[in-house]
Amino acid sequence: MRRQALTVIPAAVYVLAAYAFIYLPVVVLVIFSFQDGRLPVPPFKGVSLRWYHDVFSDSGLMEALVNSVMVGVVSAALATVLGFLAAHALARHRMPGAVFFQWLLMAPLSVSYLIIGIGLLITFTATGIPKSLLSVVIGHVVINLPLAFGICYSQLGGHQVSAERAARDLGAREWQVLAHVSVPMMWPAIAAAFFLSFTLSWDEFIVAWLVTRFDVTLPVEIWSLLRSGLDPTTNAVGSVVFAISMALVIVMELFVFRRKVRS
Amino acid sequence: MTRSLVSLEGVTKLFGETAAVRDVSLEIREGEFVVLLGPSGSGKTTLLNILAGFVEPTHGRVTISGMDMSHVPPARRPTTTVFQDYALFPHMNVARNVAFGLAMRGVPAPQRRQRSEAALELVGLSGAGGRRVHELSGGQRQRVALARAIVVDPRVLLLDEPLGALDLNLRRQMQEELLHLQRHLGTTFVHVTHDQDEAMNMADTIVVLNDGRVEDQGPPARIYLKPATRFVATFMGDSNLIEGTVTRRDDHGVAVGTAFGALDLSVRDLGEGKVILSIRPEQIVPAPGNGFAELGEGVVTECHFSGTHVRCRLMAGRDGDRELQVHLPARAAVRPGDRLSLHVDPADVVALDG
Repeated sequence: MRRQALTVIPAAVYVLAAYAFIYLPVVVLVIFSFQDGRLPVPPFKGVSLRWYHDVFSDSGLMEALVNSVMVGVVSAALATVLGFLAAHALARHRMPGAVFFQWLLMAPLSVSYLIIGIGLLITFTATGIPKSLLSVVIGHVVINLPLAFGICYSQLGGHQVSAERAARDLGAREWQVLAHVSVPMMWPAIAAAFFLSFTLSWDEFIVAWLVTRFDVTLPVEIWSLLRSGLDPTTNAVGSVVFAISMALVIVMELFVFRRKVRS
Repeated sequence: MTRSLVSLEGVTKLFGETAAVRDVSLEIREGEFVVLLGPSGSGKTTLLNILAGFVEPTHGRVTISGMDMSHVPPARRPTTTVFQDYALFPHMNVARNVAFGLAMRGVPAPQRRQRSEAALELVGLSGAGGRRVHELSGGQRQRVALARAIVVDPRVLLLDEPLGALDLNLRRQMQEELLHLQRHLGTTFVHVTHDQDEAMNMADTIVVLNDGRVEDQGPPARIYLKPATRFVATFMGDSNLIEGTVTRRDDHGVAVGTAFGALDLSVRDLGEGKVILSIRPEQIVPAPGNGFAELGEGVVTECHFSGTHVRCRLMAGRDGDRELQVHLPARAAVRPGDRLSLHVDPADVVALDG
């Protein structure tokens, strides 16, 4: 028993320290978003919801929030559709240079967002595409396509190949094979790709900051708020962003977890 | 039963340099139960895939009901397949699996329901439509796959080793059910297997494949009793292969000299010189019947009781140095060291060109 305690206690301390290290900043952020005072720093003076009231009545922040949701949904949907189709094609059809194309699709994962952002900025300027939400959507598709492709490609297995074969044998045309067999069988991977793409788009700052001007996404709006100094409003809006991200992660976990139990 | 429904003419399939199927020609009649039999790598599955449309032949022609199907995709062929791994759709229940082909053909929902329920009834799964695929046993999945393939009324049903994953008892039972189903529907079945017993139990016609070629084709009894080649003689059950030389030839047949003495055989289409005689272990008997030929004496070296008979190995021949396999009746009391005199009906002996 004593031996066990000797190993369990340090392990527990280590785990607690690790989680504290990861979550303490977020906890502090959330706590001081309720600060009943002008500065989001200790000491904690009591609970107030006035900063949240400020956030939800700030039209700039609310507009940015709606923009972020739109950019996230559209870019995640595009990245998922393109990623799935690319993965399906590369997994199903033999073509010359398939390995090269696969590498080419995944390679942007290793390029920093700053480099991608600068590249996009130069390209948009050269081609005359104005700085706008559309350009953020394009940027986020560029960032998330490799991820969506990777998730879908890793989940395309042998039993789908034979189910697709059976569907063709029973008279299904190619689009029917995709619609009735491939997509439904791949649904967990497709959902995971979509939610992850959305979450990354939701949090992304550098590309969004580089390629927007008047209509901006939430991270960009928060950044401009920060420039005017620390204020519990920033904590409140940060908490809102964090809560939405967490909610998405939970939805995704539930979705994937439920599928695992069933199959 | 007489019209040719499917015909293959000089079909060859090359994968790179290697030929999986070499110059196969085959006629399959309407309503026939054909079994493609061969060891693994013999090209039987490739041939089935050529019929289904999953593989395009490199050379040659496939016609079904008189139409050239060589390069027509599976979706537009009057064939359906029961796959080895069943390939059911895991995200659909049994009823939707079975109705899939009908849905793709644009059959309206009420008819779809009716016809898939009828197909499920045919395979003994009446009322199972609402169940999910992962709740079914292997045998039940097999039946769903079968129902899904027959519900669209194919001209030819292709079966790719569908019984391979089942245990022996269930396999026997499914063999019988498949036969009944085929007689009931009158549909042409092309069934692939590597199991000789399965082939003999089920087939109207067995096509024996080896190394991409057709070695022999015909009714099971003929294939077993009068195999066309040395490969077929050894692949279809056990066989003693005995080397011999044609010593005399006249109007009635030939005399063949072997290590077991001379045998007079009434065969004509045999070349000169060296021949191979194939004799089944159960055709060699200790007590001669009318017109039997003697094979000399043999000494039993091994025997094993196997239920229907006793499997023995003997050393025999003029110099006592040739091994023979002999199946004696189950009641035979033989022991290693016993001497037996051996006889065979010359009509049972198959002579193959050496």
